Amino acid sequence: MKKVFEKTNGLTDVPMRYCPGCGHGIAHRLVGEVIEELGVRERTIAVVPVGCSVFLDEYVNCDGIQGPHGRGPAIATGIKRTHPECIVFSYQGDGDLASIGMAETIHSAARSENITIVFINNAIYGMTGGQMAPTTLIGMRATTCPSGRSIEVNGYPIRMCELLATLPGASYLARTSVDKPANIIKTKKAIKKAFETQIQKKGFSMVEILSPCPTDWGMTPRVALKRVQNEMIPYFPLGVYRDWESRGKKEDDVKVAIEA
Amino acid sequence: MAEKTLMKGNEALAEGAVRAGCRFFAGYPITPQNEVPEYMSWRLPQEGGFFIQAESEVAAINMIFGAASTGIRVMTSSSSPGISLKQEGISYCAGADLPIFYANVVRGGPGLGNIAPAQSDYFQSTRGGGHGDYRVFVMAPNSATEMANFPKRCYDVAFKYRVPSMILADGLLGQMMEPVEFDFEPIDPGSIPAPDWALGVATGRNKRVVKSYDLRPGRLEDWNIERQKKFEMIEAEECDWDGEGLEDCELLVSSYGSCSRISKSAVKLARDSGLAVGLLRPITLYPFPKKIFRDMARKVKNILVVEMSLGQYVEDVQLSVEGAVPIHFHGRPGGGIPTAEEIFEIVKKIMRK
Ligand SMILES: Cc1ncc(C[n+]2csc(CCOP(=O)(O)OP(=O)(O)O)c2C)c(N)n1
Ligand code: SF4
Repeated sequence: MKKVFEKTNGLTDVPMRYCPGCGHGIAHRLVGEVIEELGVRERTIAVVPVGCSVFLDEYVNCDGIQGPHGRGPAIATGIKRTHPECIVFSYQGDGDLASIGMAETIHSAARSENITIVFINNAIYGMTGGQMAPTTLIGMRATTCPSGRSIEVNGYPIRMCELLATLPGASYLARTSVDKPANIIKTKKAIKKAFETQIQKKGFSMVEILSPCPTDWGMTPRVALKRVQNEMIPYFPLGVYRDWESRGKKEDDVKVAIEA
Repeated sequence: MAEKTLMKGNEALAEGAVRAGCRFFAGYPITPQNEVPEYMSWRLPQEGGFFIQAESEVAAINMIFGAASTGIRVMTSSSSPGISLKQEGISYCAGADLPIFYANVVRGGPGLGNIAPAQSDYFQSTRGGGHGDYRVFVMAPNSATEMANFPKRCYDVAFKYRVPSMILADGLLGQMMEPVEFDFEPIDPGSIPAPDWALGVATGRNKRVVKSYDLRPGRLEDWNIERQKKFEMIEAEECDWDGEGLEDCELLVSSYGSCSRISKSAVKLARDSGLAVGLLRPITLYPFPKKIFRDMARKVKNILVVEMSLGQYVEDVQLSVEGAVPIHFHGRPGGGIPTAEEIFEIVKKIMRK
């Protein structure tokens, strides 16, 4: 029989404990495949967040370190500065990256740390049971805004790619989604490009992945995917927000930042 | 080696850490410890090391956490409010059994307080400081030379037991200029093999994970009990103290750090006027040298504890002595510094009774 699919060597055989329809599992697989395809598995270090993906260190088949909520970019900085031969990526949720860890996110991008961030935007605090996230959409319900996020009380959701795109140190920024196969393929391409950015020492790279959380959204997996398509993507447009390759031809600000 | 160099305490501390093999420092400016990051910013690159000014103390300790996970010698430093911010990260280091070294050049508190020397972070330092069951190996230098030589001892203990280690200093020690003499040859960290738990290039070995969590029932309890055994060993093996006039004193004065220098002058004043007074100064605050206090409690009539805080250090003396002898207390909070004369007056009052 012809083998059409094989589990990547970038992941271990530990069964994942995510809810049905959760986006984390897909993102893990894509990261594992990219690590394997780029041949960097034995020199990759995963920085694992606090959040639903806290068990990432068990799933990914490389060295890992699990650290305090939101501090992934700082931990990755400490490793990468002292071990530039290693490929260091920080995997983070929206509460982790855009709320408690906002300073670390912005400053690692400003310094153009040569690290990669895989950012899962599911517009909710998954692990703690569905509280409002900095990316929760206007009108979207969460346990700490039970009648929906209101602008008056909670302000606006944060668009991280757009925010970081204002920093010359951000070398590669892309927003993708795992709502359908075509977008999953694009997500993998973006993750690969982000890792290549690091391998080529071009500085800070981040892929923001729009991802469903059926459990804390109170939806079936299928309806949750519809929400990604109909509500999330319009507010969080998909695309590449910074790319050192195309932009580098015009002005070399990132390169200057890295070489300085 | 035996040559003496005139250095500020903070610079001695930084140079001592570099000579002890430190190759990564992350910190954030705060008075009165700014000379440490400033010194590291030019000194570490000379040795092929890395300095980074972090965006906050929180980021700094997490950079340290990351770098320490690769098995290298790392350092951060701060002063009181900044050390408070670092406590979550220190707790993660303790929970992940990572050896780190940091220094707290204490200032007056609580809150923003002031930038005068103080000892009011004693509880925070000696009880762990962050959340969870753990301790930090704590050394209390009282001179620039000790600021220079203690980092090596901190690294030795931190790597031997895989625990956090620290130096508890204050603005007086940090800012004071003194001749410094190193008591060890510079260490080449390249000659130390990477520990068998260190993250890094994994060719030919299984993956390694550095973490502090275990959600499986009972496992975290077992892990904590296992870790506690290390602290018991540290308590048995790593205590250090210094004393004078212990053979014949009737009153024992006890202070640590810069305050012990002042108490030493007070003891000299007392000795010069014929009073049988001695000085006992713990060099390690955790582990606390309980035994010598217990032994002294059997010999002396009174103990006087002097500290630059309102009754923190004295509690460890009380716990060691267990009521065997009366303990008198003199504390100066909020950056107040006692004088030798002030202490001498209290000594006279106690001995007159
Ligand atoms: C300092 C600290 N504050 C709060 C928490 C509790 N906490 C755990 S996970 C989490 C939010 C996770 O949400 P997100 O980052 O969006 O990831 P998700 O679970 O949705 O993947 C919070 C607040 C913590 N562990 N540490
Ligand atoms: S709670 Fe949400 S983010 Fe967490 S595992 Fe379940 S679906 Fe995924």
